[in-house]
Amino acid sequence: MGIELTCKKLGMTRLYTEDGISIPVTVLEADSNIVVQKKSEETDGYSALQVGSGSRRDKTISKGLKGHYTKAGIEGTPRRVTESRVSVETAAEYEVGQSLDVSLFNEGQKIDVIGTSKGRGFAGGVKRHGHHMPEATHGTHENFRHSGSIGAGAYPGRVIKGMNMPGQMGNARVTTRNLVVVKVDAEQGLLFIQGGVPGHNNGTVRVRSSESTRKA
Amino acid sequence: MTSLQSIERAAMRRDLPPFRTGDTVKVSVRIKEGNKQRTQAFQGVVIKRHRGGQSATFTVRKISNGVGVERVFPVESPNIEQVEIISRGFVRQSRLYYLRDLSGKKARLHSKVRDLSTLVSDEETERRSEADKD
Repeated sequence: MGIELTCKKLGMTRLYTEDGISIPVTVLEADSNIVVQKKSEETDGYSALQVGSGSRRDKTISKGLKGHYTKAGIEGTPRRVTESRVSVETAAEYEVGQSLDVSLFNEGQKIDVIGTSKGRGFAGGVKRHGHHMPEATHGTHENFRHSGSIGAGAYPGRVIKGMNMPGQMGNARVTTRNLVVVKVDAEQGLLFIQGGVPGHNNGTVRVRSSESTRKA
Repeated sequence: MTSLQSIERAAMRRDLPPFRTGDTVKVSVRIKEGNKQRTQAFQGVVIKRHRGGQSATFTVRKISNGVGVERVFPVESPNIEQVEIISRGFVRQSRLYYLRDLSGKKARLHSKVRDLSTLVSDEETERRSEADKD
């Protein structure tokens, strides 16, 4: 797994190419990402970078976390702490206290974006699974957005596991893979990504290179 | 803190004059045929300005060979080389859909602005104020 950069989803707009072709893009703004701790094979059993991102008021974090930040010698108090599994060689390139920014990514590169999808609440089968709606006429009575049959009768005498049913939709972790970086604005810390990414505007997403998850 | 609006605004082009609905404009469109490029003009009345920022478009209506033709142009597209205001029409609506039902003399707009020299792009305004200083 590669290094994950925590960003804020600003929203969607479009960019035009020289030929006048319009590209729909999502704009992501990188948070302040600082390496808080390096985990190594010897001490932790695996190699990883622990990265703090965003900021929050000093008094709202626990003393334990505060101590963790002080030990790393970080000014300010990052809001979130995330961990990225990296190879030993990659980990060696980074120091505790080092900042990460959008220069991790290049134009044309393929990336994965991890976010929390928009919550739809308790949704029925039509919205959640794309079930067809029953006939609205020809004598239909009080049966408008119902799903159809959910199984046979006496045999098997139960509903098969994994049957598409109503339930909570959205507000879950979603990874969109192989999105293309159209433009990198290092000055303002912006990533322009072709297409949509999970979650609502101003939501937090994590970005990593698609290459990094490919099996060798 | 950067907002999407400020990003869009910074990328906006400044070489187009402030045309509005009701204006008769001449739009120069870049057209690519194979590997040749040429510019085509489309002249008509702006009946609609749609959305803003990078997604902004405008619709131009003209009568071509007795048939009404409407074309939608993306404002920010580099294929729109130039927009020239031919005349400024006086209108009270922002969307002139009623023109579709009118034809001939009824479909004309009258103008209250004769002097179009002040209707220039932001770029041109700056250039003129620079020239005034000298």
